[in-house]
Amino acid sequence: MKQIFALLMCVALALTSCGEDMDDNALSNANINFKFSHTWDNTLINSSNLTTQTLTNENGENINITRIRYLISKLQLVNSSGTTFTFDGYKFTDLENEDTYNFTPENNSIPTGTYTLKFVWGFNEEDNIDGAYLDLNSASWNWPTMLGGGYHFLQFDGMYNVDTTPSPFNYHNGTARVSVGNFEQNFAIIELETPLNITKNATINVNMNISEFFKNPNTWDLNVLDTPLMPNYNAQKMMQENVMSVFNVEGITQ
Amino acid sequence: MKNWIAYLLLIVSVLACSKENASDTETYEPTPLPLNIPQIFSNNIIPPVIPNNNPQTVEGVALGKKLFFDKTLSANQTIACASCHAPQNAFTDNTPTSDGIDGIFGTRNSMPLFNLAWNYGERFTWDGKELSLERQAIEPVQNPIEMHSDWDDVVDRLQVDNDYPELFRLAFKTSTITKELTTKAIAQFERTLISANSKFDRFSLGQATLTPQEQNGLNVFMDEEKGDCFHCHGNPNNPLWTDNVFHNNGLDATFTDLGLGGVTGDPSDNGKFRSPSLRNLAYTAPYMHNGRFATLDQVIEFYSTGLQQSPTIDALMKKVDQGGVNLSAQDKADLKAFLLTLSDPSFLSNPGFQD
Ligand code: HEC
Ligand code: HEC
Repeated sequence: MKQIFALLMCVALALTSCGEDMDDNALSNANINFKFSHTWDNTLINSSNLTTQTLTNENGENINITRIRYLISKLQLVNSSGTTFTFDGYKFTDLENEDTYNFTPENNSIPTGTYTLKFVWGFNEEDNIDGAYLDLNSASWNWPTMLGGGYHFLQFDGMYNVDTTPSPFNYHNGTARVSVGNFEQNFAIIELETPLNITKNATINVNMNISEFFKNPNTWDLNVLDTPLMPNYNAQKMMQENVMSVFNVEGITQ
Repeated sequence: MKNWIAYLLLIVSVLACSKENASDTETYEPTPLPLNIPQIFSNNIIPPVIPNNNPQTVEGVALGKKLFFDKTLSANQTIACASCHAPQNAFTDNTPTSDGIDGIFGTRNSMPLFNLAWNYGERFTWDGKELSLERQAIEPVQNPIEMHSDWDDVVDRLQVDNDYPELFRLAFKTSTITKELTTKAIAQFERTLISANSKFDRFSLGQATLTPQEQNGLNVFMDEEKGDCFHCHGNPNNPLWTDNVFHNNGLDATFTDLGLGGVTGDPSDNGKFRSPSLRNLAYTAPYMHNGRFATLDQVIEFYSTGLQQSPTIDALMKKVDQGGVNLSAQDKADLKAFLLTLSDPSFLSNPGFQD
């Protein structure tokens, strides 16, 4: 009997001490969410002009966009002392649907402080599990098993040379196939240097400059690399390089 | 002894409850009938869409089924929904377009009806003009070249029928029949039309094997350098075998039927139609929105060599310059063999779906 009493006391103590901890945190914690915008250099791209705007890429082709969908995951905030906060979930964005521009992780509370943002382009090897995510399957976001399976990171379809002889391009990015049955991870870790001084609940604004997919370091020649690119190892690796300069932190709203 | 008293109390209170029930007829509730979600769906895709204001019930589905097969819904009582949506054709018909009660043919191919609750965007018909199953069911009844009825007349006929008022009471707790309740019942029945038992479904569940030819056909379907069908028509992880999205797949250079463009008024949507599911193709010929292809071979030949350039053609129809994906004779035959593994004979003979 005494033992049970002691146990109960312990449990009660543990519970109350927990409660106090949470109170302490509440004073210095902030809830974080994310808002992504998309541009082509200085032109804002959203659902109203996605398919109507004619754009010129670095190599000089005039293009029209049909659709852009992309996936990022494992969003993390790294504070100045090196502690990392990892947010749950992944962000699947369809430029046609502006609701998907925003992302609020389920557990989005972190201590206030100064941070930098880091995330994975696509899924890393551990998360890129074939068929594992029902919402992504429902969006037919899968990457063929013959190319290593898992999921697309990017589906960017459109027409180039629209002013002369329009031709389709399918700039799709995912796992790279080296040879039949031999695959290479192709995700990218995006680390954005801009310091984020988070003092209270905050929205972190991130921009994707779509034109960078065709620019840096590889100037993309759609006349050569239009389609099919999914099974093209070199094209997949060039996409992985070019995505590094696509994202930028614009700042925070708090 | 104490227990004994407790039981007595329990019995008394239960009796009291049931007495109340008996005196109050309004407490009758139809029996809930949750959709029977097949394993291949629950394993792979998100749950179906069921509107809060029209839950599935045993009585609602039974009533919907009776209405679906009932010619009373047409003006001269000669055709039912099932006349153009017949169970033995996976709930479509076998003519390019369908004739209504006056023998006049419409301009569109009747659509097969299955897995409708998994159309997450809830845009129904070829051009997406109907925004829910409930609303869709209003249309054929009053469409002049389909059932050519007036809803007030239909409701009157149902109201004076010997059986319907009681069936509506059981389904919706009122014997006063309305257009809204009629279409709710039909939509409930339509949501039960689930097809998920094809050879390929059983293969995915480890219960069947594909022949080498079918396996190669799947590869043609999934290979961006060959068929590249999966960007619009699903994949082994999306067993709906459609994206339910609108595309111009290159059927025509100019459009007599604007498709989605006719609904949105946006010329950049002209010639776009909703990708149909590739399930049950064995029973749903002829194909495409106007039923222009009588056979699957013709469909495959179209994707291989017959594509037509137009301003709104989807960028995924990437080989339009060369007429199409130019499959070898072997790949065409294999692709067809694979497509046929998506057909589900048990769906046609399901006793719950027959008149
Ligand atoms: C005369 C033939 C005909 C009759 C009768 C008919 N339909 Fe249809 N149904 C069609 C055609 C044709 C379409 C395609 C319409 C379009 O795209 O404009 C269609 C489409 C549909 C769809 C859309 C399916 C999808 O996946 O988007 C549903 C649901 C449907 N019908 C239900 C019904 C119901 C319920 C009835 C009876 C009340 C009915 N139909 C009566 C010919 C018919
Ligand atoms: C760009 C998206 C897209 C791609 C890629 C695509 N389809 Fe389609 N498919 C459609 C659309 C949209 C329709 C309906 C077109 C219409 O009727 O106007 C359709 C119709 C069909 C139909 C007729 C089904 C019916 O019930 O009438 C079949 C069969 C079919 N496609 C098979 C294929 C095959 C096989 C491939 C690969 C070789 C393929 N599709 C590639 C979008 C696509």
